[in-house]
Amino acid sequence: MSLTTFLQHCLTGISIGSIYALIAIGYTMVYGILRLINFAHGDIFMMAAYFMIFAMVDFMIPWYISFIIVIAGTILLGITIERIAYAPLRSSPRMSIMISAIGVSYFLQNLATYLFSALPKSYPSIPFLNNTIKLGEVSTSLVTFITPVLTVGLVFVLIFLINHTKIGMAMRAVSRDFETSKLMGIKIDRVISITFAIGCFLAAVGSVLYFTPRPSVYPLAGSLPGLKCFIAAVFGGIGSIPGAVVGGFIIGLSETFIKAMGYSEYSDVFTFILLIAVLLFRPTGLFGEKTEEKV
Amino acid sequence: MKRFVSILLVVLLCLSVFACGSKDDKKDDSKGNVVECNVIYIGVFEPTTGENGGGGMQEVLGIRYANSLFNTVNINGTDYEIQLVEVDNQSDKTAAVTAAQTLVSSNVIAVLGSYGSGVSIAAGETFANAKVPAVGVSCTNPQVTDGNDWYFRVCFLDPFQGTVMASYAWDQGYTKAAIISQNGDDYSTGLAAYFKIAFEKLGGQIVAEETYQTNETDFNAILTKVNASGAEVLFVPSSIQTATLLLPQAKALGISAAIMAGDTWENETIISDAAEGVTFSTFFDENNDANEIAKEFVAGFKAWLNADPENLKLNGGSDGVAAVSALGFDAYMVVYEALERLAETNSVAMREALIATDYMGVTGSVTFNEVGDANKDTAYIKTVQGGKFVFIKTQVAE
Repeated sequence: MSLTTFLQHCLTGISIGSIYALIAIGYTMVYGILRLINFAHGDIFMMAAYFMIFAMVDFMIPWYISFIIVIAGTILLGITIERIAYAPLRSSPRMSIMISAIGVSYFLQNLATYLFSALPKSYPSIPFLNNTIKLGEVSTSLVTFITPVLTVGLVFVLIFLINHTKIGMAMRAVSRDFETSKLMGIKIDRVISITFAIGCFLAAVGSVLYFTPRPSVYPLAGSLPGLKCFIAAVFGGIGSIPGAVVGGFIIGLSETFIKAMGYSEYSDVFTFILLIAVLLFRPTGLFGEKTEEKV
Repeated sequence: MKRFVSILLVVLLCLSVFACGSKDDKKDDSKGNVVECNVIYIGVFEPTTGENGGGGMQEVLGIRYANSLFNTVNINGTDYEIQLVEVDNQSDKTAAVTAAQTLVSSNVIAVLGSYGSGVSIAAGETFANAKVPAVGVSCTNPQVTDGNDWYFRVCFLDPFQGTVMASYAWDQGYTKAAIISQNGDDYSTGLAAYFKIAFEKLGGQIVAEETYQTNETDFNAILTKVNASGAEVLFVPSSIQTATLLLPQAKALGISAAIMAGDTWENETIISDAAEGVTFSTFFDENNDANEIAKEFVAGFKAWLNADPENLKLNGGSDGVAAVSALGFDAYMVVYEALERLAETNSVAMREALIATDYMGVTGSVTFNEVGDANKDTAYIKTVQGGKFVFIKTQVAE
């Protein structure tokens, strides 16, 4: 493998890895606050792609306005789902709310099949993102290059938000102790809504970055990426934002290199083996906190 | 009283079972499906959803157009109406068998289809057991007709197509080729294998052979590897869906090697900046003036498409005539022409009539060899240029 080829593979891997990271943050944040694995997150990602098709293809809106519409639409969808399917179950056993999440996931997939048919639709191309650029010998599209940069930027903003703002402090408090923070006067519903909004915002950005170089959208398009990002979150330690980012990058890179070695059949197999291995040997993941049982 | 009623019901139930049974007994097994009430049913076994939904639909359009022109037939002095029974095999091997059974029980006397070889191979046995002949439209894998006396086809085969593309690549002066094929897909792996055999025989070298999974969306890793292998030409027999994903990624990676594929790529949805210069083999060219029948078909089919916005939408939003639509038309006409020569109106006689086919169609003359394949010797090579399909040349296998 020549150096150019190696660098090309690295770029591809980092690019897909950073998209995984963006979506994995959505899983990990919701888990941190609600102790809920939001199985519908991958399908929210898929719906964001359909919003983009709607805005740009059906209504011919320019891409920069469409982008804002997609983000707004996705956030609205996420908050609505939380209000309708999760909020009423807040005092029920944790299992009920998880089953509700699985229900929402199937609902979204079938809704998309009903509304947009099972045939793949082509994702609109955003003109400048598809431009080919050359970095030395390595040739790639602009979007592949922008993706990791944007991801790292967003992660820093997010970490700043969590560590240095009032709402961030509220989020940390809620994730530490739900009941006490409620007693201390934190508006739980608002914190949860904002958490979902952030997760959906990142899923919307991830969806634009994911589908621009892979322009084929169908109702199940979100399920496999969704699962992989869930694995990334678990691998990094669910509940931990840096963990989700590192997990995403590791899965993206290892997938690319397995394909590069000629074992493309086994790339998904590897990802799922990774999940099993992590759960067996280090259930809290790379950066996960050790949970102490309160007696 | 209650008991009496229930016994009566049970007895009636048993009788009804016998009633159905006696009806079945009347059906002569040696005749297959028999035409009743002066209506001939012809099955259309095509994918309209799933991976090959787009191309399958274009094939159905060709068949519907043919049916709209020729919907009655006179057999031995009696007029019959011809009706199509359409089922969707969903581009899925399991669903294909169920779809085939639906057709058989709808009393069809011949079946047209399918687009995609995998589904045709899967359903072949169902048609053979029911003694219903099937005419394949664009299923190019040899296994469709091999060992199945009830399957015919009007298109050329993968060994021929693979060889033609290898010959074309060699004629263009390429000596190093790479192959990318879809794991577990009969069409893709078959074509890839025949290309390899033919290209190596000509003296060429296969420098990389890669496979990908169904529904793969990211080809960057495979393409990077292939590019590093120094290939001058990439042969990528695949579905249209794969083409629309792979081509932009190949362009972004700056791959300079020529890209070639099989007949599936002749679909307007693949056309984009990234598809410029791609070449593929196909069954038919709408601008070929040499064939009068083809000229008439192209004009008529375009008018038919434009008359109904729904048809235009199903054809991918334009009135371009896909090769598979022409083949669909020919397959229907082969069956229609055989109907006119029927001795008896049942599916076994239908097969006898089909064997004797000698028909001049849109995609050339159709006669069947002993396996049931059409004797064809020419493929059309096309390319994408300026956002359109452009005919380059006809190619014979070397």
